[in-house]
Amino acid sequence: MKLDPKIPAGPLDKKWGSHRMNLKLVNPANKRKYEVIVVGSGLGGGAASASLAELGYNVKCFCFQDSPRRAHSIAAQGGINAAKNYQNDGDSIKRLFYDTIKGGDFRAREANVYRLAQVSINIIDQCAAQGVPFGREYGGLLANRSFGGAQVSRTFYSRGATGQQLLVGAYSALSRQIGLGKVQMFPRTEMLDLILVDGHAKGIVTRNLVTGKIETHMADAVILGTGGYGNVFYLSTYARGSNATAIWRAYKKGAGFANPCFTQIHPTCIPVSGDYQSKLTLMSESLRNDGRCWVPKAVGDKRAAHEIPETDRDYYLERMYPSYGNLAPRDIASRAAKRVCDEGRGVGPGGLGVYLDFADAIQRLGEKTVRERYSNLFDMYHEITGENAYKQPMRIYPAIHYTMGGLWVDYNLMSNIPGLFVLGEANFSDHGANRLGASALMQGLADGYFVIPYTIGDYLANQKQKRPTADCPEAQAAEKAVREEIKQLLSINGTKTINEYHKELGKILWDHCGMARNKAGLTQAIAEIQALREDFWKNVKVPGESNNLNQSLEKAGRVADFLELGELLCRDALEREESCGCHLREEYQTEEGECQRNDAQFAHAAVWEYKGKNEIPVRHIELMTYEEIHLTTRSYK
Amino acid sequence: MNFKLKVWRQADQNSSGSFETYEAKNVNANQSFMEVLDVVNDDLTKEGKEPIAFDHDCREGICGTCSCVINGEPHGPEDKVTSCQVYMRSFQDGETITVEPFRAKPFPILKDLITDRSAFDKIIQAGGFISVNTGQAPEANALPIGRETAELAFDAAHCIGCGACVAACKNSSAMLFVSAKVTHLGLLPQGQPERNRRALKMVDVMDAQGFGGCTNTGACEAVCPKGIPVEFISRLNRDYLTASLMERPESE
Amino acid sequence: MILKRLFQSTIGKKIIMALTGVLLFGFVIVHMLGNWQVFSGAEALNDYAHLIQSKAIVLWGFRLALLGIVGLHLWAAITLTLANRAAAPEKYAESKALGTTWASRSMTLSGVIVLGFIIFHILHFTVRSIPGSPDYFQLNEKGYHDVYAMVVHAFQNPILVGIYVIGVGLLSLHLSHGLQSMFRSLGWSDRRYLPLQINFARVFAGFIFVGMSAVPLAIFFQLKQF
Repeated sequence: MKLDPKIPAGPLDKKWGSHRMNLKLVNPANKRKYEVIVVGSGLGGGAASASLAELGYNVKCFCFQDSPRRAHSIAAQGGINAAKNYQNDGDSIKRLFYDTIKGGDFRAREANVYRLAQVSINIIDQCAAQGVPFGREYGGLLANRSFGGAQVSRTFYSRGATGQQLLVGAYSALSRQIGLGKVQMFPRTEMLDLILVDGHAKGIVTRNLVTGKIETHMADAVILGTGGYGNVFYLSTYARGSNATAIWRAYKKGAGFANPCFTQIHPTCIPVSGDYQSKLTLMSESLRNDGRCWVPKAVGDKRAAHEIPETDRDYYLERMYPSYGNLAPRDIASRAAKRVCDEGRGVGPGGLGVYLDFADAIQRLGEKTVRERYSNLFDMYHEITGENAYKQPMRIYPAIHYTMGGLWVDYNLMSNIPGLFVLGEANFSDHGANRLGASALMQGLADGYFVIPYTIGDYLANQKQKRPTADCPEAQAAEKAVREEIKQLLSINGTKTINEYHKELGKILWDHCGMARNKAGLTQAIAEIQALREDFWKNVKVPGESNNLNQSLEKAGRVADFLELGELLCRDALEREESCGCHLREEYQTEEGECQRNDAQFAHAAVWEYKGKNEIPVRHIELMTYEEIHLTTRSYK
Repeated sequence: MNFKLKVWRQADQNSSGSFETYEAKNVNANQSFMEVLDVVNDDLTKEGKEPIAFDHDCREGICGTCSCVINGEPHGPEDKVTSCQVYMRSFQDGETITVEPFRAKPFPILKDLITDRSAFDKIIQAGGFISVNTGQAPEANALPIGRETAELAFDAAHCIGCGACVAACKNSSAMLFVSAKVTHLGLLPQGQPERNRRALKMVDVMDAQGFGGCTNTGACEAVCPKGIPVEFISRLNRDYLTASLMERPESE
Repeated sequence: MILKRLFQSTIGKKIIMALTGVLLFGFVIVHMLGNWQVFSGAEALNDYAHLIQSKAIVLWGFRLALLGIVGLHLWAAITLTLANRAAAPEKYAESKALGTTWASRSMTLSGVIVLGFIIFHILHFTVRSIPGSPDYFQLNEKGYHDVYAMVVHAFQNPILVGIYVIGVGLLSLHLSHGLQSMFRSLGWSDRRYLPLQINFARVFAGFIFVGMSAVPLAIFFQLKQF
């Protein structure tokens, strides 16, 4: 596997500018001769589809949801970062860049992150022009809030529904192009395989989720904006439909999978309430602007929150990380919560929870102000738990929230398969080992609006030959393989349901590859997953047929992929013998329980190459070299 | 808690459907309604029957996918929530809960509780946007927008496009949905150049998709999970009237 | 273009509905004020009736205009109702009010009954062809039609009183929703005015009911010497 990151030469702040000058262009009359497939309609895929269509390309956009407006980008609550420095508090492109690199514990690619910080400014302009109703000051100018891992206020927001508003913006731009006939939209359609012709990505095999029809679609390039794979853990803050099938099947066709073990656990989610639970709900990180995390000082203190006096409370984040306090980054805050719960000081059922208390904020600002800032989050908390967080502290616990790992891409966002581009959470490039809050929206839109429209042209301009047709042998073979897998899934007719397998897989991963990992646990997990996978293919029960709407069949294919991906996740965690960001190996930590990086051996992205069914994949590396910054120990104390 | 679920089953768009009753036993009060459906479905699967098809995705009330009519109310008994945010503590132990799909001509039933709401997408495609290509945007703070206006625009933009307004309306009218978009963009200075055109185009498609007219009963507002108020319908009517008065014949 | 939009779109038809509704509401008010002449005695009512009837061209012009307005109101109602029913052909197994009032859900029903009542009313007092009606039509000493005697005579009959009270009752119900709906259909409403408009509609509808049913009830129960 050849991994050339194609980082442009020159000083960091000039790279993107000079690279754009060196990229080949496709002339306007020729653009309409090209077809581009975009899988996924969230911030990455939706923005890319709209922007490419505006340029004149013919776009086919696919999503498994019933409408492109439902992509899970919609659920992001808190905000989107941008280096606008509207607050005059010392922000700059360079500071956003540095915060992101440092937040990612020095495992992200410097050049990509710098570009991300550069285009962050354009994103806010673009979204405001689309009519995204950002929060504003009384004078009419844009407002900002603070987010974890930063000491400046640079997060733009739309109450607690920033993701929704940004997605609606991208969706409206996409809808406009659908109306103009430049984008052909395929909702309720799932990508099941990638078609390679002469080593280039030239099409996909899809299943129409309503009629069950298997189809092949050919194009000059394929873009995946299909999100992360956190649902491999079963319980997560992802949408139930979020899946890894598109990127996983691309991986099996030869795309490198980078850093699969970098999975983020978000510190503030509503705790699990029972084994029937199907999903975990996030409470935005923005709550930590005003909420204070605490647990009782004494182990086994069973008093109700309001009965515990100040002197018996441990505001552990403020104690452990005085300079960032409650706004410590996610990985740090999650581990701190786990630590106090492991000590037996957790609150709520099973002791798996900590308090997030707004009493001080309400006293300081008044309930009205707190309501203005967070009412929809408090309402949501009330809906789910039946508790009133204005009167008693919220109970929160960490949950799987985001995956920094994903398909490997170069500076052009192209994977090692020519013609296959990967955007947003589906790629690995910008967040290293830990993503800072409000940076996912930024990356999705940066990739979709401001990177891919430039870089795809460079690839297409070099594609002189004619686009292959759906009857080419490669397409036929891919379609046949898809049909066979579906047939096989339906024919097993075992005794266990898909959900049961998925839950078991999730438990293995959460226990052994969750917030803390160690060699023995990971080795055990790999064996358990292999056994579970074997059992799945013998004993799963998938009801129904293939030629109509069959949600069980959809789920079966996705869980089958998760059962493979889970193993890779553990394998990657096992091989990375250091702790960094969200990846904490218990063998490698400081005395205080902080991450101990090993830059000499692991300052790289691990990129896995598929070698065949039941073969051990090969681990390649891309060194993370830093021209501008010095690797330091990350400290938020 | 134990419940009986009386659920609408329909094989596909062209079949006729009927109700089937299923038992849900040992349900936790803090279990969500969709999690009960999950359990019932796993039971059905094990019995060798086809599970109930229902739309759902984010399960946190924002994506707008879930779309059940529970005991005659779109999104169930609680105020301002989606179907996925209905928890079993809202029901009486032993109750029979009737679950139906959204029923409206423009939302054909695809299977069981799943409907096709693409008519909403077509309305947005007709004009629910501001025509600004990527890269054309001016500096964001160059255009100040009063906080009150921005907040009201957010109230309208908060619509999740779930279609409960249509499902609740005795006329299957989509006016609340359309008005939310027209209001959102019509309040903002960026939305002014296309304001008239937007109202006319969106209403044209709304009518063509077969949605009924608004008789101002207010059922839509009562079931809207995001509390979109009917006053926006009034704004839409005003914009439509103004736009009709200002409209010039299109030159061929 | 505006006419095409008014007559073809759902919103346009609702605007027609609202505009004709306002005019009809105005007519109801004037009609009610006229009715009250009965409380001032025979001469006042008969003089008033004569005033209306004396200029044929005005009378017929007015009648034709009214007919046109009713026709438009009816046309919009019928086409919208048909479209609305086509849009929602399937009913729910369980139906709930969902925050709506009975009046708002039953505009078609109340409208149809009111239409029937108006036809009856015209046949009764204007065309005077209701079978079994006594021949109470006569001229008074001024040579004017003795409308007063006709009205007083009619409302001795409890069945007629019942029909009129129920008729104006349904008219008021229709107005209690129609009047507030009118503001909204014309786009003249927002969260500041809406509660005011709802109350205005209800108070006025109540007022119409009291004002209109006062005549038959007062006559029947002899609340005054007629």
